Amino acid sequence: MNENPDTQARQIIDNLTLYYGPKKKFIAICAGTGCRASGSLKVKEALEAELKKQNLSEVDVLATGCLGFCEKGPMLVVHPDKYFYQHVRVEDVPEIISKTVAKGEVISRLLYRHPETKKTLFREEDLPFYKKQLRVVFGQNGMIDPSRIEDYFAINGYQALGKVLAEMTPEGVISEVKKAGLRGRGGGGFHAAVKWEGVRKAKGDPKYVIANGDEGDPGAYMDRSLMEGNPHSVIEGMIIGAYAVGSNQGYIYVRNEYPLAVTHLTKAIADAREMGLLGKNILGTDFSFDIQITKGAGAFVCGESSALFASVEGRAGEPRAKYVHAVEKGLYDKPTVLNNVETWANVPLIINKGADWYNSIGTEGSKGTKIFSLVGKINNTGLIEVPMGTTLYEIIYDMGGGIPNGRKFKAVQTGGPSGGCIPESLLDIPVDFDKLYEVGSMMGSGGMIVMDETSCMVDVARYFLEFLKEESCGKCVPCREGVRRMSDILEDICAGKGREGDVEILEAMGKAIADGSLCALGGSAPNPVLSTIRYFREEYDAHIRDHRCPAGVCKALITYSIDAEKCTGCGVCVKVCATQAITGEKKKAHVIDKDKCTRCGACIQSCKFDAIHVK
Amino acid sequence: MVNMMIDGKKVSAPKGTMLLESIRGAGVSIPTLCAHEAISRSGACRLCVVEIKKGNRTRIVTSCLYGVEEGLIVDTKSERVLNVRRLVMELLLARCPESDVLQKMARDMGVVPQPRYTVDTDKGKCILCRSCVRVCEEVVGVSAIGLFSRGSYKEVGTPYQEKSDVCIGCGACAYVCPTGHIEMISTGDKRKIWGRTFKMQACSKCGKFFAPVDQLKFIGKKTGTSMEELCVCTECR
Repeated sequence: MNENPDTQARQIIDNLTLYYGPKKKFIAICAGTGCRASGSLKVKEALEAELKKQNLSEVDVLATGCLGFCEKGPMLVVHPDKYFYQHVRVEDVPEIISKTVAKGEVISRLLYRHPETKKTLFREEDLPFYKKQLRVVFGQNGMIDPSRIEDYFAINGYQALGKVLAEMTPEGVISEVKKAGLRGRGGGGFHAAVKWEGVRKAKGDPKYVIANGDEGDPGAYMDRSLMEGNPHSVIEGMIIGAYAVGSNQGYIYVRNEYPLAVTHLTKAIADAREMGLLGKNILGTDFSFDIQITKGAGAFVCGESSALFASVEGRAGEPRAKYVHAVEKGLYDKPTVLNNVETWANVPLIINKGADWYNSIGTEGSKGTKIFSLVGKINNTGLIEVPMGTTLYEIIYDMGGGIPNGRKFKAVQTGGPSGGCIPESLLDIPVDFDKLYEVGSMMGSGGMIVMDETSCMVDVARYFLEFLKEESCGKCVPCREGVRRMSDILEDICAGKGREGDVEILEAMGKAIADGSLCALGGSAPNPVLSTIRYFREEYDAHIRDHRCPAGVCKALITYSIDAEKCTGCGVCVKVCATQAITGEKKKAHVIDKDKCTRCGACIQSCKFDAIHVK
Repeated sequence: MVNMMIDGKKVSAPKGTMLLESIRGAGVSIPTLCAHEAISRSGACRLCVVEIKKGNRTRIVTSCLYGVEEGLIVDTKSERVLNVRRLVMELLLARCPESDVLQKMARDMGVVPQPRYTVDTDKGKCILCRSCVRVCEEVVGVSAIGLFSRGSYKEVGTPYQEKSDVCIGCGACAYVCPTGHIEMISTGDKRKIWGRTFKMQACSKCGKFFAPVDQLKFIGKKTGTSMEELCVCTECR
């Protein structure tokens, strides 16, 4: 018997893994926020009731975190056959239990049908959405109920921590993470191990470890889905990080608008404490570390490190100049490691599978995988995890399934509101930290908003600048006043009041705001404008010079008219028009009064004959 | 001491000091609005930006907050720097068109108002430099005023814009304000500031009204000096 407490720690984890073992027969139903909204919890209850009714109580139902393919929710996977069922309703449940669970038979109407070949596909890995993904971080979501620590043990959870405590020195952990090439997933792409090393060497006590879960980009929900779906992976990563840098106190900063994430993290921290994985003398070793949750009030700027520290300390979330780095003076002016939620979730993987394995995935400068949220004008809305270096084309067309309604792709906005819009001509670029920056955008935390020919790029820039104007903290002049003025000018252009020279003014302002702002919010705020000017200048010119919105979006610049040849005079549009702008005799072509028309689009939606045009 | 190059001139400066001091020490003028010797620095106005070069890397930093470093090459008038300063001035002129301080500063810098901006009419002369808030907190020690709201809605004022119970009417905020936004009216035995009227104390020797009674009480409480002693104005002391 080995008396060394560090080796004993590992034995404890090994026993837990063995005891809870890998599950075989179970149903994993997505209970992430998206699927909950489409009724997955009712399906889950029905599954449990039906299993009991059919005397199959030994089959476990896992209410998992997000499974990624949000477009098809509520969805579930029946193990061990791994049949993937989409759009599952409560009425489907008895059949799922009696056929698939009891007899292993597949129900084809619930299967995914390939949009082109029309063939039904059985398993997750057969679906084009999942096929090219490499879901090493996010894929674990489908194997666990995030509210049960046992499930995490069952998939080798906390094995990395056991290994670290038993075999590795803090310096060894840092050098492993360095060798892996892990870069921060929150936006900056800074090398995680460099930060860790900085904090390890920094003078000052205590030292802090923080997970940044202040995901605030419109349309992005990667971090939320990790905190909701696999909270222990984040916690395990943080414990390992704390061990490496010599910290005893950690914080998870999560916004209060993520109630499910808060609930699951709270439960996970309590469970980990109870199992001796957090708190004093972790698993009987000399190492002590605990985590506290800090709930943010939802300001976008609080994702910026120094604003986040201010918020955790209880002050207004305003950034400060970072000429002295957080690794020396961070939270409470003490050495602090701040990494994004996804970065932390990568750490146990690196320890378990080794730096060489991790290093073999990705591009030269960006290693590992990255989770992206794919939203906007795209067929397969959802979360994907791909190796760094996957092209935008593969993401949008292979996994995303292309653009709905046969429309043409126009641009993809990456990196959240302050990222840039990338045009079709650049779809072949491999997605990594450096390449995205090169083309005038950025990785950000991994939001991707797809736009098609019905998206007006000036309007898109206007929307994002409006968002950033509202989210600017107001501390420094270029961001507070400058973003507001840029937003005003864009507002004018979209309203048909653009002036010759506006584009040049926007460009000059954009450069000076990026140079002169105090933090990265102002520093990147002009990106949506600068990148749309760079790639879609002709749309700006059409708005300003020709008073025309080519995409038909900006209401002041478009008119609605009825094609007399296509109009059957059915009168449906007359009924839906709120301003009585449409008139005409029954069965004869109708007309729109341009002065009364508010260009709300209701008539277009209602017309079955495609007779209403926007110009 | 560290050695640097500022606008092509060799300059040495004591470790731990800020670039702004070295630049001014070297006889180079640099505009600022929010750096005041009595209070801590925030880097809010961005007028004091300079371009620094370390190795191959150049970047824009606020000289009021950037500590001196050995071998730093500083350019206080590069094109990027001037563009930032011009933008800041244009933006402030549009925010506070009535401010004579800003107008003079803009003239000195050769900046004219940007006609594309619609000028504000509701911001007064406040540029949100936060000097008033800092002096109230750091020097006076009462925190009667603060910043509220976010972004372009941000304002300085008392909590909920109600009369403040803790304000002592000392007027430090008005003295430190670079643009004269904060209104303080002292007439005879009364002083009006932040919506409150304070009773002024007459000097027990010369009879001149010289400070709000609340301020003297506050000082008495803090320092243990008797009111009798405090009621003599500085000139008669």
